[in-house]
Parts: sequence; C-alpha cells; structure tokens
Amino acid sequence: MKKEITFKIGGQQGEGIDSTGEVLAITLMQQGFKIASYKHFSSRIKGGHTYYHIRASHQQVYYPGDTTDILIALDDESYEHNIGSMSPGGYVLLENSKEEKVEQKDGCTVIQVNFSKMAQELGNKIIRNMIALGSAVYLMGMDYKMFQPLVEKKFLRKGQALVDLNINALKKGYEYIQNLGIPPFKVERPEPSEQALLTGNEAFAFGALASGCRFLSAYPITPASEIMEYMKANLPKVGGVAVQAEDELAGLLMAIGAGYAGVRSMTSTSGPGISLKTEALGLAGMSETPVVIVNSQRGGPGTGLPTKYEQGDLNTMIYAGHGDIPRIVLAPSTVEECIRMASMAFNLAERYQCPVIVALDLVLSLNKQTCPDFSPKMLEPIDRGKLLTEKELEELQEFNFKRYRLTEDGISPRSIPGQRGGVHPANSNEHSETGHITELPDIREAMMNKRMGKLKSFKMKGYEFIGGEEKPVQTLFIGFGSTRGVLEEVVRTLQDKGEDVGLAQIKVLHPFQPEGLAELAEKAEKIVVVENNWSGQMAGLIAKELQVAHKIETIRKFDGNPFTLAEILNQYEQLLTKEVV
Amino acid sequence: MATLKDYKGDTATWCPGCGHFSVLAGIQRACIAMGLEPHEVAVITGIGCSGKVSEYMRCYGFHTLHGRSLPVAQAVKLANRGLKVVAAGGDGDGYGIGVGHFTHAARRNVDITYIVLDNQIYGLTKGQTSPTSKQGFVSRTSPEGAGEQEVRPLELALGAGASFVAQVFAGDIKRMTEIIQQAMNHEGFALVNVFSPCVTYNNTYTYFKEEPLLDLKDVPDYDPTDLNNAYNIVLKNNGRVQGVIYQNNRPAYHTFLAGYPEDPIAFRSIEPDQDVLNELWAEFK
Ligand SMILES: Cc1ncc(C[n+]2csc(CCOP(=O)(O)OP(=O)(O)O)c2C)c(N)n1
Ligand code: SF4
Ligand SMILES: [Mg+2]
Repeated sequence: MKKEITFKIGGQQGEGIDSTGEVLAITLMQQGFKIASYKHFSSRIKGGHTYYHIRASHQQVYYPGDTTDILIALDDESYEHNIGSMSPGGYVLLENSKEEKVEQKDGCTVIQVNFSKMAQELGNKIIRNMIALGSAVYLMGMDYKMFQPLVEKKFLRKGQALVDLNINALKKGYEYIQNLGIPPFKVERPEPSEQALLTGNEAFAFGALASGCRFLSAYPITPASEIMEYMKANLPKVGGVAVQAEDELAGLLMAIGAGYAGVRSMTSTSGPGISLKTEALGLAGMSETPVVIVNSQRGGPGTGLPTKYEQGDLNTMIYAGHGDIPRIVLAPSTVEECIRMASMAFNLAERYQCPVIVALDLVLSLNKQTCPDFSPKMLEPIDRGKLLTEKELEELQEFNFKRYRLTEDGISPRSIPGQRGGVHPANSNEHSETGHITELPDIREAMMNKRMGKLKSFKMKGYEFIGGEEKPVQTLFIGFGSTRGVLEEVVRTLQDKGEDVGLAQIKVLHPFQPEGLAELAEKAEKIVVVENNWSGQMAGLIAKELQVAHKIETIRKFDGNPFTLAEILNQYEQLLTKEVV
Repeated sequence: MATLKDYKGDTATWCPGCGHFSVLAGIQRACIAMGLEPHEVAVITGIGCSGKVSEYMRCYGFHTLHGRSLPVAQAVKLANRGLKVVAAGGDGDGYGIGVGHFTHAARRNVDITYIVLDNQIYGLTKGQTSPTSKQGFVSRTSPEGAGEQEVRPLELALGAGASFVAQVFAGDIKRMTEIIQQAMNHEGFALVNVFSPCVTYNNTYTYFKEEPLLDLKDVPDYDPTDLNNAYNIVLKNNGRVQGVIYQNNRPAYHTFLAGYPEDPIAFRSIEPDQDVLNELWAEFK
C-alpha cells in the first residue's frame, strides 16, 4: 500500500485548473492527508499552460515532489509539458475529442477520454474537470463520495441541483474508468486529523489579524495581492481598516501613519513595491514607528518576471535606504510559520519601535500546504512594548513629552495621539528627546547610537536545523524561505546514501543571529548555500557574518521556477566532481 | 480651555517677515477657537520651510518626508477618528513631489484638512522654481524663465474631487483663521491654499497688497456648493480669489468602510475575538 500519492491537472489558464486542483487538495486534506502543492502559471489571464500539482502524504511534506502518479492532461500541450515527470507506472488521463483508447506509452498507462462529450451529456460544459477528477479519484483507489462535504460547502448556497450536478460528474468519470477495468493505485488512508489547507499569503494575513493588526494599506501586486484582499474582506470583521493606496510608497506611508497613531499596521508588496517603499522605510526607522512590511519576492529586477519565483530581494530588505536604520527581517519557510511569524513581527515592531520586514516568496505565498488546526498557542502573546497608558503619561508631568528619551536599552516609552500627557512631534529629521529638530553633534551621535543600539538585545534562534538531531555535519546546507521543502528532501536523500549532511534553514535574516549557526559553520567541511537568485545573496550574507567564505559553495537557480530535487542533487554532484578534478 | 501658550512649540526660526508665521498663527488660533486641546490635534507635515509648522506648534505632530504628509495624515485620521488632523506643507511639497498623493487624497475624501503654504518658490532649498512659480519665472533652476506652465491648485483640487476648496492670503490673518476653521469643520478632504510670501526668495507681499485677491464674501450670492460656479470664478479671475470656493457634503471616506468603528481604532482592544478567528479559520478547513 502506498502512503503517498501525487497528482497533477494541466490545461489552459481560465479553464478552471486551479479550482479543480483545489477541490482535490482540500478533500484529501479533509481525509487526513498532509498536502504540499504547487501551481504553475503564466503571466496572462486567459490561455497559456497551467498546472496544479498535489502531493498527498501520511507525513508532513513541504515539497510537492518531482514526479506525478496521476496526470489529467486537458490538452496535448499539457501532455507534452508534463509527461517527462511522470512516475513509472503512472496514469495519464488525456482529453481526446476524437477517439477513446488506452495505451502503454512513455512508461505510463495513457487513457484517452472524451471528457467534453461526457460533460455535454450531463448538460453542462463547465463540469468537464469534475468528470476528469472523478476518473482520477478512481485511479487513486478512493471513493468519489469523499467529495460530498466540500461540494456541499461550495455549492449548496446555489442550490441542490448544482451539488447533484457535481457529484454526478464525479461519479460519471469514476465509473467510466472503473468500467475499463484498469487497476487503481492502492493508497493507505491516514489517521484523520484536525487540520487546514492554506497558502502562505492566507496564513500571514490570518496571523496578522489574529495578532491585532487593524490597518493595512497596500497596492496590488503579484504575488502579494491576496494578503491585501484577505484583509480588505476580513479586517472589517474586527473593526479594522484596509486601504488601497495610490502606490506602494503611500502604502507604507499610511501604514506608518496608523502605526504612529497606535494601531498595529502593515503593508504587503513584492520587489517593485519594496523599491518604492524604500523612502518610507527610512521614515519608519528614523521616527521609530512600528510597522510591518511583507515582501513576497518575485523575479526581478525592474518588472522582471512578474508571476515567477525568485529570492532576489534579500540584500534590498537588509540594506535598502540611505543612512542607517534599525530593522528586523524575518523569513518564514512554511505556511504554519507564516502564522507564527506574523505574531512575532507585530510584537517585534512595537517592542523595538522599528520596521519589521517579513520575507515571503512567490512559492510560499501562493501554494497551499496543510497546517495543524489553529490554536492561540500558535501565536506569541501580544506585547505592545513600551506603550504608555494615559495614567503613566500624566504621572510624568511633561509639558513636552520626551518621545525619544535616551534610555539604557535605547527604546523610549511611547505615547499615541489623543493621550493627554504625551504631546510630541514625531520626526524624520534628526531630533532631540522631545522630537524637535536638532543638528547638535552630541545629540546626533546619541540619537544614532540609541536607534542603532536598540536591537542589541534582539536575540533569538535565527535558524532551524533540519536532518535529525542538531549536531555538526560534514556538509551543511543553508537556505531560506520556500526552499525548505526541497532541501529537506535533499538532506534525507543524501543521508540515506550515508552522507553526513544537515540543513540550516535561516529564519532571521537581520539582525543576523550567529548563535549556534557559527559553530555548525565552523565545524562543517563544506557549506552549500542553495538559493534562487543570480548573485548568491544568502551566500554573501553567510560569508560576511560567519567569515566562512572559503568553504562556501552555492547552488543557484534564477529561471523563475523553483528547484526540483533532481536539480539540486545534480548540481551537488557537480560540485563534488569539480573538487576531484 | 487651551490658550496660545499651550499651542506654542519650538521657537520658530523662519526668516523675519516670512508668511509662514501667519499661517502657523492661523492654525493655532483656529484650534483654540474650536475649543480643541493640543492632544486632540495632529499636524502632519512635509519637508520645506513650511513643513516646520509641526515643530513650532505644540500638539501631536509628524514631520515626515518631502511630499509625503498626506498618506500619513489620512492614516492617522482613520486610525483615530477622534483627532483633528491637519496636513501642511509647501507648494513644492504638495503640488510637485507629492502631487500624486494630493490628487488621490482629494478623491478619497478622508476627513482631514490640508493647508498648503504656497509661496511659489522652493524656500528651504534656497529659491528654486516651484510648480506654482509662473511660467517665465526666473531662478537659478530656470535662468531663461520657467518653461513649464504653473500648476493651478484650485482647478487641480476641483478636478480631483476635493469636497472643500478654499484659498486665502496669509497677510489677512483674521480671514485666514476663519477659513482654516471652516476647513477643519468640514467633514471630508479640505484644501486651503494659502499664499504665504517668502520674503527672502520671492517676496510677493506688495503684489498681494496692491492687487488684492477677489474675496468671495464680496461676490453677491456666490454659491460655493455649485461646481460650475467654482470653476467659473477661478477661471475668470485667473485663480486670484479668496474664500471658500467650493464645498459639498459628499460622504467622507470612512462612511464607505464596512464595520468602521464608532470609537477610535487606536484605543480599542486588540485581543483577538476567538469566535471571529474560529469562523475565519473554518474557511481553510
Ligand atoms: C526626496 C527629497 N528631495 C528633495 C529634498 C530637498 N528639499 C527639501 S524642501 C524642498 C522644497 C521646499 O519647497 P516647498 O515645498 O515649496 O516648501 P517651502 O520651503 O517653500 O516652504 C526640497 C526640494 C528633500 N528633502 N527630499
Ligand atoms: S526662505 Fe522664504 S519660506 Fe523659508 S523661512 Fe525664509 S522667507 Fe520663509
Ligand atoms: Mg514653497
């Protein structure tokens, strides 16, 4: 019995590929499978090849896999595009309006079916994908009735007839293959478990809302728009506001305004937006205003690859802006982590009174993973830092409140507009303790030291060791963001071959947290940094922070698509042979 | 009741005679006349000599970036509807580098007041041509005379959908205070373009004294609620008018926001409501 099954549906954009994939992913999740999924799409609305890949497993996986057991190809292009990645003995369900036949081809059983005709027989063209899905489910050795709850949830509001149509479609496709007498896969059922299926964008937005974020201002951009859309739909339910700003700069400026006014606020964007926001980032740093910026990276530079994946903004997120400001940059690598890091980000922004950037990437942002059922324990408890109450302010009896008071830890108690005892101007000019402009050298130095010194006390574990119990290894892989999924499998594969390897998945990009990592790096013979950008930005950061440039090798990819397992293993092999020569 | 003493911030260092002194006084007086306490007011400024208003006025304030006061100000208001929010800055700030924000703030109609201290010059950077400098204006950045036609703030504001458009000369402090107060009482985006002479680089005092603006008070039956009237009077007088040119009471932005609370968001508890969270989470199951 298999404990895992992989599935793909491919077709043209606008043909409902996405929603069909999702129906299966959600249903398998409801059956207790852990899911990793990947959507491939092009930068157009209608037309262009697209596919939805699902890996359903008994074990939590974060990588959708290199191969496919069952492929629905709704056109010949989808067949050509995907036949090369079929697992041996896999099944292809190929739409063919001319003839129906079953043949052994390209190492698979290719079943050609006229799904469109079957849909017409049911009286509705749009039901074609559900018929195909019914066929696929038969081949998975599962029962089409498992779709009942989801189909009802989705369609019952629109009437029982639509529910019946969908179930009948699934049944029709199911029985068609059953009647052909093709032996299905046998997949063992996992233990049922309470869980959910969501994207990184949804997870971060949900986490933000649950952590008290009550203001979002942003400008639409792939692959971050869903965060804004989620907030627009749901912030009103908790008395919050989402504003569509006129551009990304205004997006961050508004978030800063709300942050200054005492509301937990954020903006969401991608690379081109981060470039525009850079000016306001300096304002947040200088004025010591808490704000959270989510940057879902895509292919740059310029407009770059607007709907493709890259991890090329690392340097921008850490260094962007003139002058020096304190900032924190976090990088979740799974959907579940997006929720937790949202709560961390808002706490850190208020605790350190500085901008916090959260680095997502297109793959993490847009693809669904299973996540354990939500519990408040997934979040850090809310900590608003040194935000004063009206009473505390009154006790201070300051006519001009010292908003930028020089303190031991550099963090000043904060008031917000409307509080009687806290009147002050916030300032992006260099300023005195009361917030008024100054150019006095002594105060300038004290204020720079204060701001830049605030993060001295910022200490947390900056990485996760993956590949068994944490211990020094011969070859240390390093990555960040969505590459976690595939790197975990790289490590497992190499360990199975007897190699001494491990993965350090970096979660805090800035301020860099060397604790623990420095030792792993020092004891490793070789460090292999795997990342999706041209110049090896993470490798540069590791080299600089840990002084280990001499033993760093990089595996890079920047063609707009995420790594496959095979690609990393190949490049790794090449690194080894390069050394022998 | 707050007095001028309560509203006095840092000592102003504008050039003696600068129009900006009067504008500062106008804003302070308007606040006092409205019975506002300094902690109930937030003045959000851009960068320029004009941006210093938030330094010299004691209240909540935010001295932001060149051209960027408006997005910050709108959010401060949305975050705390209990505040009176005034954005202020120069002609370069608002009609040059920040003009994108200006047009969108006008059409968004958040309930804030925007005071532009228009001296038709870049004061702080020492006298370059500004977006409101007249075509042909000579300065070090336009030695042959400015080639660009000047921005016409009133028409721009009307076209962008501002629900309150006014203009006044800083030399007339009584009238200015009155108009600023009207603007602050208006529910929606209110522009007050103030001609505020820069005595050092573009001294227009004599010009405005000798050729005073047409005050709409003196135009019999002028109806500021009629957009045609507004355009006509501005065009006919080549922008040289004083008073409330246009006012309509179209609903402010926050009235379009579903679930926008009656009380300031800034002072509401942010502890999550578990029922709402459970309901939201159920969508992912
Ligand atoms: C992004 C940016 N560009 C340029 C400047 C330099 N700068 C400061 S104030 C200013 C113009 C000021 O003119 P205006 O806004 O009309 O205000 P005024 O000083 O005349 O009151 C300029 C160009 C800056 N601070 N920031
Ligand atoms: S330079 Fe002009 S605008 Fe600036 S303070 Fe002096 S007079 Fe006023
Ligand atoms: Mg000016």
